[in-house]
Amino acid sequence: MSLVRALGAVVGRELRLAARAPAEAAQPLLFYALVVALFPLGVAPNEPSLPVYAPALVWIAALLATLMTLERVFRNDYEDGSLEQLALAPLPLPLSVLAKLAAHWLLGGLPLVLVAPLLAAGLGLDAAAGRALTLALLLGTPTLVLLGGFAAALTVGLPRAGVLLPILVLPMLSPVLIFGAGAARAAAQGLDPTAPLYFLAALLALSLTLVPFAAAAALRNALES
Amino acid sequence: MNAAPLVLDSLAVARGDRVLFERLDLRIAPGEVLHLQGRNGAGKTSLLEVLAGLRTPEAGRFSGPEPEQLHWIGHKNALHPALSAVENLEAWCGLHGADPAGISAALDRLQLKAARQRPVRTLSTGQKRRSALARLLLQRRPWWLLDEPLAGLDVEGAALLAGLLAEHCAAGGGAVVTSHQALPEEHLPVRHWSLR
Repeated sequence: MSLVRALGAVVGRELRLAARAPAEAAQPLLFYALVVALFPLGVAPNEPSLPVYAPALVWIAALLATLMTLERVFRNDYEDGSLEQLALAPLPLPLSVLAKLAAHWLLGGLPLVLVAPLLAAGLGLDAAAGRALTLALLLGTPTLVLLGGFAAALTVGLPRAGVLLPILVLPMLSPVLIFGAGAARAAAQGLDPTAPLYFLAALLALSLTLVPFAAAAALRNALES
Repeated sequence: MNAAPLVLDSLAVARGDRVLFERLDLRIAPGEVLHLQGRNGAGKTSLLEVLAGLRTPEAGRFSGPEPEQLHWIGHKNALHPALSAVENLEAWCGLHGADPAGISAALDRLQLKAARQRPVRTLSTGQKRRSALARLLLQRRPWWLLDEPLAGLDVEGAALLAGLLAEHCAAGGGAVVTSHQALPEEHLPVRHWSLR
């Protein structure tokens, strides 16, 4: 029971902080929507190949939007000492990490998934491809947040991690991009998108089980620096 | 409170690859306040972190309290600047399984009145310190590990903390405190100990 309460406290604190700074919390969604909305203006009017590139475009925008705020996910806590309190709490640190990243996904990942059908329709994807894209984002964005969170934990003690973080994390994220955009592409060609979706689910299961422990170890290490 | 003593047996602590001290033997019994002294960089904070379980010693043995048996107030206050003192403490209570009903009384005791609802970023250094120290009262724990608790506190605040420490020791608790200022020693069982 106290475990549930502690998890609730970690998530609740993140949500409260987002409510204090709504503009900052809306930043990823705004960036994502703007990139996707502006892209068609840069190509020729009625360009027939726009739907072909649409899945890749939406995925790249989602990937960059997720990474935008991830650098800060543990940094504030590290700098103000809250991380020490978190490390000493009865709640195991991997679970705290998971709770923080879950809150982060709720705020910065889920909104991207929810507006995806709209963006897919706007880019001229048909209904099946739009569905596959949304489903792929639903399975893929938590993986982006988890892997990005791991990199954020690794770089938390470094003064200028802003440059290092994408370099560290992008190679790990490329499978998500490949299978995520692949699912929508398959559906657009009338093929079955199940296989890439299963790959995304497998990647999510893998990162969900490994990242909390790895990130917690990285954070403990940062506290000992 | 029945607290087990802290026993350090030929302990060595390093920061990175620099060894701060070696072969340290020390026994701290409940009921006393150990005032840890030493020059800057001697390793006071690192030693305190070892006692809290935040840092692994390089060598030697250390038997001490479980995390739920100790209060750790580091030199950083662990308060988010965008939240008020009350909100910060509520989050802490949730995380540590303490009763949030005690927050008001704890802040009263530390004489933080109107400031408790303001975002922490607008508080003075001393007010922030008082908000952080209020944690000591939210849950009874036998060991208090305080890193520079007097930093930013005024004379009145220091006396307040001394009062809390005295009560804590009288109730059978123990404390390890690093401070460059002298602790107010009236009614306080202080033992001075210097880290070379």
